[in-house]
Amino acid sequence: MKSSNTFLRYVSRGLVYLLAILMALWVLLPIYLIGVAAFSEQLAVYKYPRPFFPSPFSTETMVFFLKSTGVAASVRSSVVVALITLSLSTLIGAPAGYAIARFVFRGRETFRLLVVSTRAFPIVILSIPLAVSFIEWGMYDSVYSLALMHTALALPFTILITSSVFASVPRDLEEAAMTLGCSQLQAFVRVSLPLALPGLAAATLFTFVLSWNEVFAAVILTVRNRTLPALVLTVLDVSPLPYRFAGGFFMLAPSLIFMLFIRKYLFNLWGKVTK
Amino acid sequence: MAEIRLDNIRKTFGKIVATRDVSLTVHDTEFMVLLGPSGCGKTTLLRGIAGLEQIDSGRVFIGDKDVTDLPSRKRRIAMVFQSYAVFPHLTVYENIAFGLRMQRLPDSEVKKRVHSSAELLQITDLLDRFPAKVSGGQRQRVAVARAIAVQAEVLLMDEPLSNLDALLRLEMRAELKRLLKDVKSTVVYVTHDQVEALSLGDRIAVMKDGEILQCDTPLQVYDNPASEFIGGFIGNPPMNFLEVQLSDNAVMAGGASFTPPPAVRAALGNGARVALGIRAENIVAESVRTDGALSGAVLVVEPLGSHNLLTVQVGGERVKVNAHADSRFEPGQRIWLKFAPEKIRWMNRDTGRAIS
Repeated sequence: MKSSNTFLRYVSRGLVYLLAILMALWVLLPIYLIGVAAFSEQLAVYKYPRPFFPSPFSTETMVFFLKSTGVAASVRSSVVVALITLSLSTLIGAPAGYAIARFVFRGRETFRLLVVSTRAFPIVILSIPLAVSFIEWGMYDSVYSLALMHTALALPFTILITSSVFASVPRDLEEAAMTLGCSQLQAFVRVSLPLALPGLAAATLFTFVLSWNEVFAAVILTVRNRTLPALVLTVLDVSPLPYRFAGGFFMLAPSLIFMLFIRKYLFNLWGKVTK
Repeated sequence: MAEIRLDNIRKTFGKIVATRDVSLTVHDTEFMVLLGPSGCGKTTLLRGIAGLEQIDSGRVFIGDKDVTDLPSRKRRIAMVFQSYAVFPHLTVYENIAFGLRMQRLPDSEVKKRVHSSAELLQITDLLDRFPAKVSGGQRQRVAVARAIAVQAEVLLMDEPLSNLDALLRLEMRAELKRLLKDVKSTVVYVTHDQVEALSLGDRIAVMKDGEILQCDTPLQVYDNPASEFIGGFIGNPPMNFLEVQLSDNAVMAGGASFTPPPAVRAALGNGARVALGIRAENIVAESVRTDGALSGAVLVVEPLGSHNLLTVQVGGERVKVNAHADSRFEPGQRIWLKFAPEKIRWMNRDTGRAIS
């Protein structure tokens, strides 16, 4: 009886691991193959079967991609747009999230719903009127207006993530700080903010990645000042295969690196908050 | 000097009245316990003193100063929370130092005070750790040390022991008592645990439904409860209450007659329902009939070590009796109960209040 229980437990654990491995492979294998192609010689891309290691290792493909016309400028645009988006949406979204988490005010639930419902409007439908308005206001084809657009897209997420982050910091802690000599603002800065920081960092990185990867609004709203995804998308079908692999790798690299960084930070401090 | 004076404190949450114009004076360095069942308004009252709850009406005075409109940080109070509210991102040292740093004390003074509070609570060896790395009981100590370190004139405690396990709670209770005698702050302590209240308080304010029903020394509250509710809420087992009938010059309860004070006779004469109250330890159980004793049948015998707790059926009512540990009563046995006359309390059942 006992041994059959242990056996079942091993089997079910094994199945869970198997499933996890399959899911990981599903995501990681294509990424890996893209990476291999990006760091092989250009001609290696056409080899079949696909080599599993870049042999010989070469930065030729990446250099080719980065030196292609417009890539450097569009990377710069992408970074600028992403940074502005990140700053704006954190500046606007974090206080809104804090308000939802901490204060009971008239219409709080409605506000929360409203925030989510903005995501119900497909960007496809909004894009044409937006483009027209931007042209009328003389804001068309600018990284700043695209950043505004991305901020609008990111805000609902920022607000909801930060509100749940702040909600996870017990109110008691702020109150304790207030009885120990803090004003409401000092209590926030000295207690809530440090505890919310990992969550806020996650929200900002999420925003960064969202903006970095966003392609539709970027294509619609810019012509000469293309962001990287917009540029890659418009030239994709006329580009050689190595260009596509290198471009793909270059675009997903930041997300990967950020996730890696944030992961440790997240686990460390979230454990403390929830304990 | 930090006398706390509450003047008609009213606080409502929507339609719920948390405190109904409560007035209370806590003397300088007094240990006042706010005791009551959950939802009676005791925590709201405490938070009102702390300045964490905006009260609807009334005034709060701390040491002759009207602090009603002052924020917490200007009230010169310290508070221990039920959840401890220890800051998880700061070490134990920095937790205790938090209030001192807010006062911008020099580092040497901060260090001195942190160490002396930590010593008082015997957590000196934990100072470098983060709260996640210490046990619940230790976190509790950190919270108390943090509150004591600021040397506030008023120390507020919101059910500080309720999250500890039973053994630790007993230990911490005794330790708090020892500690707070030295600290010389005015203490307001909220609890729903009547044993805690009796053991710690200089005075106990018993609350129910947003009102203070009685405010007196533990002994008085225990011995002379102002109402049937208090007699039942405080003490274990609760006070026994037997309904009585008027009969000539005496009153009858459970088949025995008692001579009531004039006020009781008057109340009964006016048609009020009256109950006789007596605590389990003030009843002597005998297996033979004695004069003026009530007869009853033993229902349950619970040996508790120090004594045996009997549940006795007397007429239509049940009476809890403390019998000697060596007594040999059996369920079903017929016994006689003798009440200590000076310990009998009289309650008006219609108002629920004591008749004096």
